[in-house]
Amino acid sequence: MSSKYDVLVIGGGNAALCAAIAARRSGVSVLVLEGAPKFYRGGNTRHTRNMRCAHDAATEILTGPYTEEEFWEDLLRVTGGQTDEVLARHMIRESKDILNWIVEQGVRWQPSLGGTLSLGRTNSFFLGGGRAMLNALYLTAERLGVAIEYDAEVTDLVIEDGMFLAARLKRPINGETEIRATSLVAAAGGFEANIEWLKQYWGEAADNFLIRGTPYNRGSILKMLLDKGVQQVGDPTQCHAVAIDARAPKFDGGIITRHDSVVFGVVVNKHAQRFYDEGEDIWPKRYAIWGRLVAAQPDQIAYIIFDSTVVTSFMPTLFPPIAGQTIAELAGKLELDPAALEKTITEFNAAVRPGTFDHTILDDCVTEGITPPKTHWARKIETPPYLAYPVRPGITFTYLGTRVTKEARMLMADGRPSANMFAAGEIMAGNVLGKGYAAGMGMTIGSVFGRIAGREAAKHARN
Amino acid sequence: MHGTRILDEADRLMTVCNSCRYCEGLCAVFPAMEMRRAFSDGDLNYLANLCHACGACYVDCQFSPPHEFNVNVPKTLAVARAGSYAAYAWPKVLSGAFARNGLVLSIVVAISMAAFILGFAALNDSCVLFGVHTGPGAFYRLMPHNAMAALFSAAFLFAILALVMSVRAFWRDIGTPIGGHADGGSIFQAIRDAGELRYLDGGGVGCYNEDDKPTDRRKLFHHLTFYGFLLCFAATSVATLYHYLLGREAPYPWWDLPVVLGTLGGIGLVVGPIGLFAVKMRRDPALLDEFSYGMDVGFIAMLFLTGLTGMLLLFLRETWAMGPLLALHLGAVFALFITMPYGKFVHGIYRFAALVRYAQERRTAA
Repeated sequence: MSSKYDVLVIGGGNAALCAAIAARRSGVSVLVLEGAPKFYRGGNTRHTRNMRCAHDAATEILTGPYTEEEFWEDLLRVTGGQTDEVLARHMIRESKDILNWIVEQGVRWQPSLGGTLSLGRTNSFFLGGGRAMLNALYLTAERLGVAIEYDAEVTDLVIEDGMFLAARLKRPINGETEIRATSLVAAAGGFEANIEWLKQYWGEAADNFLIRGTPYNRGSILKMLLDKGVQQVGDPTQCHAVAIDARAPKFDGGIITRHDSVVFGVVVNKHAQRFYDEGEDIWPKRYAIWGRLVAAQPDQIAYIIFDSTVVTSFMPTLFPPIAGQTIAELAGKLELDPAALEKTITEFNAAVRPGTFDHTILDDCVTEGITPPKTHWARKIETPPYLAYPVRPGITFTYLGTRVTKEARMLMADGRPSANMFAAGEIMAGNVLGKGYAAGMGMTIGSVFGRIAGREAAKHARN
Repeated sequence: MHGTRILDEADRLMTVCNSCRYCEGLCAVFPAMEMRRAFSDGDLNYLANLCHACGACYVDCQFSPPHEFNVNVPKTLAVARAGSYAAYAWPKVLSGAFARNGLVLSIVVAISMAAFILGFAALNDSCVLFGVHTGPGAFYRLMPHNAMAALFSAAFLFAILALVMSVRAFWRDIGTPIGGHADGGSIFQAIRDAGELRYLDGGGVGCYNEDDKPTDRRKLFHHLTFYGFLLCFAATSVATLYHYLLGREAPYPWWDLPVVLGTLGGIGLVVGPIGLFAVKMRRDPALLDEFSYGMDVGFIAMLFLTGLTGMLLLFLRETWAMGPLLALHLGAVFALFITMPYGKFVHGIYRFAALVRYAQERRTAA
């Protein structure tokens, strides 16, 4: 059995659906192959919440202007210059229009009510979160007549001389089949859920990583494309990793396993030693660095230690903190050496200098005479009960991807553009994000390049 | 630990939701939750009664089943809500009625209707029961107006007393964080929110019924039922005023205000409950509180029965069927009144109280 479509979209997240809708709106036939079952459709988009778009004036949902130039500077800052300027600037320009286009596809915004992140000016929040956003896109795609298959595991891509011919597919019921299409849009995410692949770069440490998204983000399409001569982009060791609760499930713990309490205490490793300046930077940069820091520690585990005076200063947490009336008791519960933890906390407390605490700015609460220092927000940990969260690296997404042009067209290893293969979303995010991350950029990349890929793939199919 | 297993589960979910907060724009439950970090029984009962069961948070949730976090807020709060009705019921001895609501209702209805028919027959000879009566006072040839008024006033006043006592206990329990009496502004806000079913719209797209495509059907049928009920109540009130102030006796001509109000209300009370029942039958089982099924359907059936007998009475009041239909209608209304505090009717009262509290909390926080 085989069938033929104008545009085949592999993947089922934000980028894939934007591509499918854009292509379908251009009047061509479109099939979406989502590898996951319906509940888990959408990959990481399920767990997202907002999107960063440039805009020239405040809107109903955004508190102020966020210019193209400011977006560009933010991108430059987080990536340390590891970005393709032409692509990035193109994306930022297109992001202005996406803000409205995505609403036309049924996605709804909400005002930022909770203020859990200070993003009311730069980022638009999906009403109901990422899954609500996905639900809206799927409803629109279905209404427009896009064909969608779940549990659709692509086992092979037939590519000849940079030209996509067909995808081989294993269906749970109908068995093996081949689907031909005039154009391909690959929007199948990264490989963060593929521990074996991660191990190639991280070694055995990857066994201790927790994956924040679904177990379906295995990067199989990415691997096929790279194996078949598509040019690679991005550093395979680069990924968005944050410190999440060590008690979280191995996969799909999503947003609720995060901790934002680092500034209120200290972080120690399994030897009860501090290893990095907990006061180095402001949210969200500090949020984004702790995954890598913990990944570099023995057994990839660390503990955020704080005291009872600050428990209501940060977001409520899914898992309650582990508590002890003394530092030694807490150490016992964490299976740390009590004497070592007492020494670390005592030395830290002795090094704290008086200042005025304000966690929203780089304040003047500092330590003196210890290594590493805590350069802001340093306050003594001295009011029992003493509390701790165990944390591990939580991998959100990876940056290794396929190189693309401004038209989202894949480039082959020899530098020639592919005739009919396009990529969008996490699978090509590394073009724009060489490293680092700023909230909501993944969704911007997905929607902007998704729409471009869909249009271009449809244009190719019509010709 | 809480008083019941379902409150423990509600507490677990609110802890999950409070560390996520993606749903905060969907309805009042989540912003109210965000004002707390720990949840007393009263807090959970408050949140349970703020929930309008639109289902949006279930469809939008990353962690709803089959995810291992197993987050099903609409269903859990629906079960907790039903539990709260029993928990605050007055007198306490009747709180068990909620659990066996279907049975209690059918017995009360059967007895009430039989009592009216037998009562009519005993008071009058059978020619009167099946006779044709027309003109002012026709109804009262079967039962004197004063007897009717006394009987229904007693039932109504008892219902009001029981409801006031119950909702008072509820209000005290949910009021702990801020205390105090309801202010006018908050009550007005709650009237608007309840009147338009503001939180039964999935954050704007409609209610999630049988699948993940939202519609506003449940809202429409609920409006028909609720406003139908209010119109019928208004019809009765106007008729009472006519009787005592103007000395005009029922039945009234079709164009007169009590009949116009009653007819419009009756249509609402027939169509609304049928629609609500149909929607309930098709609703995604994942969202349904199966324990309250009897109570929900019982109340829908009571309203339908009231509306239907009323409409039949209107159309057939000049035939021999008037006597039996009047007995059935009065039996249905009587049963509705006395079971009001022990069935699904209370959801409106508790929800309203919760909306007042929410409006108050918002004003305090602002």
